[in-house]
Amino acid sequence: MAYSDKVREHYQKTIKEIREGGLFKEERFIHSPQAADIKVEYPEGSELASLINMCANNYLGLSSHPEVIKAAHDGLDSRGYGMSSVRFICGTQDIHRELQNKLTKFLGTEDTVLFPSCMDANAGVFEAILGEEDVIIADRLVHASLIDGIRLCKAQYDSFKHMNMDHLEQKLEMHQDKRIRLVVTDGVFSMDGDMAPLDKMVELCERYDSMILLDDSHATGFIGKTGKGTHEHFGVVGKIDIITTTLGKALGGASGGCVSGRAEIVEMCKQRARPYLFSNTMPPVIVAAASKVLDIISETTERRDKLEQNTKYFREKMTEAGFDIRPGQTPIVPVMLYNAQLSQDMAKDLYAEGIYVIGFFYPVVPQGQARIRCQLSAAHEREHLDKAIAAFKKVGAKHGILGLKKKEIIEKFGL
Amino acid sequence: MLDEKQLQDAVLTYVKNEYIDDEEEADELTPETPLISGGIVDSFSMVSLKVFLEKKYAIKIPDEDATPTAFDTVNKIVKLVKRFKEGK
Ligand SMILES: Cc1ncc(COP(=O)(O)O)c(C=O)c1O
Repeated sequence: MAYSDKVREHYQKTIKEIREGGLFKEERFIHSPQAADIKVEYPEGSELASLINMCANNYLGLSSHPEVIKAAHDGLDSRGYGMSSVRFICGTQDIHRELQNKLTKFLGTEDTVLFPSCMDANAGVFEAILGEEDVIIADRLVHASLIDGIRLCKAQYDSFKHMNMDHLEQKLEMHQDKRIRLVVTDGVFSMDGDMAPLDKMVELCERYDSMILLDDSHATGFIGKTGKGTHEHFGVVGKIDIITTTLGKALGGASGGCVSGRAEIVEMCKQRARPYLFSNTMPPVIVAAASKVLDIISETTERRDKLEQNTKYFREKMTEAGFDIRPGQTPIVPVMLYNAQLSQDMAKDLYAEGIYVIGFFYPVVPQGQARIRCQLSAAHEREHLDKAIAAFKKVGAKHGILGLKKKEIIEKFGL
Repeated sequence: MLDEKQLQDAVLTYVKNEYIDDEEEADELTPETPLISGGIVDSFSMVSLKVFLEKKYAIKIPDEDATPTAFDTVNKIVKLVKRFKEGK
C-alpha cells in the first residue's frame, strides 16, 4: 500500500497540530441561498439556526438577486452549461467578450481579460509581464493570492510597511536601477477595511517611473461615487496600470476574476498567463449573470448608496455602544478585541443570539490583534442592523468590554 | 575583522526601520527578540533583509543558508553575516 501507515500518521499528526494550535477550520452548512437571512447547520447534524449573515462578501446584495438569477437561467438556455475548453482553444463565447468590454468600461481601463478567479488572475499576471531584471514592491499586507503570484515570478521582490508612503518612496528610489518597477497593493484591505492611499501612490509611481497594480476585490462595485472602486474614490481612474478583481464578491458572488488595465498588459496575459492558458474558461451561466450585474450597477448607484448608508449607520451605532471599532469608511468593520479567546467566545455568543460573525486571530491577523470582522451588505435592512447591534451590546456587556479602550481590554483579558 | 557591536547595531537599526511602525514596539526590540517566529518579520519579507546584508557587507548568502531560523534574531543574523564575511 502506497498510502502507508507512516504517511497516514504524518498527516494525522499535522492535523492534530492544526487543531491544537486553534487553527482548525470547519465548514458550516448553509441550507438557503446567500442572503441577509440564512439557515445554518452547525455543528454538523444540528438543527438549523436562522441567522443574520454579517460575514459574507455579498456587499451589494446581488448574490441572490432575482434579475441576476434570471440572467443566469437565460445564459444557461442560450449558451449552454459548460464550454469544456480553455479560453483560447474553443472556450470564448460572444458573452465572454461582452463581459470583458463591460468590465473595461466600468473600471475605466483600456482592456480586460477574464480568469477563472481573481486568485488565478493574481497567480498569472506577474509571471506574464515581469522578468528577473524587474522588481515588485508590495505592501506588506497584500492578499495571499498576490504573494503566491509574486512567488511564481522571477522578478526581484521587495516590500514596504503597510500604507507607509515614505517607506515606499525609499524603496522606489532604491530600485531605480531595475528595468521595470511594479508597486502592488490591495485597494481595500480585507482584514482592517482600510484603503490604500492611491492618489499618493500614483504620484510616487509617476515620479519614480513605476507601474502600479491594484487588487480591488473588496472594492469593485461599491467604493467610489459610482462604485468603480478605490481608484475612483481617490480620483485616479485611468491611472492604474493594472487592476485585478473578482466577480466572486460584490459582483454577484459566483466566481471569476479579471486582469484589467493597459492594453499590452492584458494582451501579455492572454499570451502568457498560465491560469488563462491552462485552466478552463468561465462557464456561460456565470458570465451571463455577471454581465447582468454590470448592467445593474452601471445603471444606478442605488445599491452602493444603500451599502454606504448601512456602513455609516452600523459604524456610528457600534462606536456609540462602546466598541473599539477600527475607524474607516468601508463596509468591512473590525470590532477590535485583541485577545484571541475573547474573539472566539464573543463570536460564539453572537451566534447564539442569531448573528453570524467570525472571530479572527493570529496568524490570520497579527499577534495581539484579534477581532470580530463584520461585513455589511446592501441586502441588510435597518432591522437587521438594529438586531445585530442589540446582540453585540448584550454580548459586549456580558464580557464587560463596552466603553473599554485598547489598553483596558488588553489589561482585562491579556494578549 | 568586523566589529561585532557595530554590526549588531546596524542590523538592529535596519530591522527597526524596515519592519516596525510603532515606536514603543521599536524600543522593545532587542538582539534576542524572535523576529520571524515572533511575527515581526514574515518569512517572505525577509528577502529585503537578505538583500540589505548582502549589499552592505558585500557578501552572498546562499538561499539554503537564508532560512527563517538563521534569520530569527538580530544576534543570529550577526552570526550569519560574520560567517560569510570572515569565511568562518
Ligand atoms: C484581495 C483579494 N484578492 C483576491 C481574492 C481571490 O478572489 P477569488 O475568490 O476570485 O479567487 C480575494 C478573495 O478572498 C481577495 O480578498
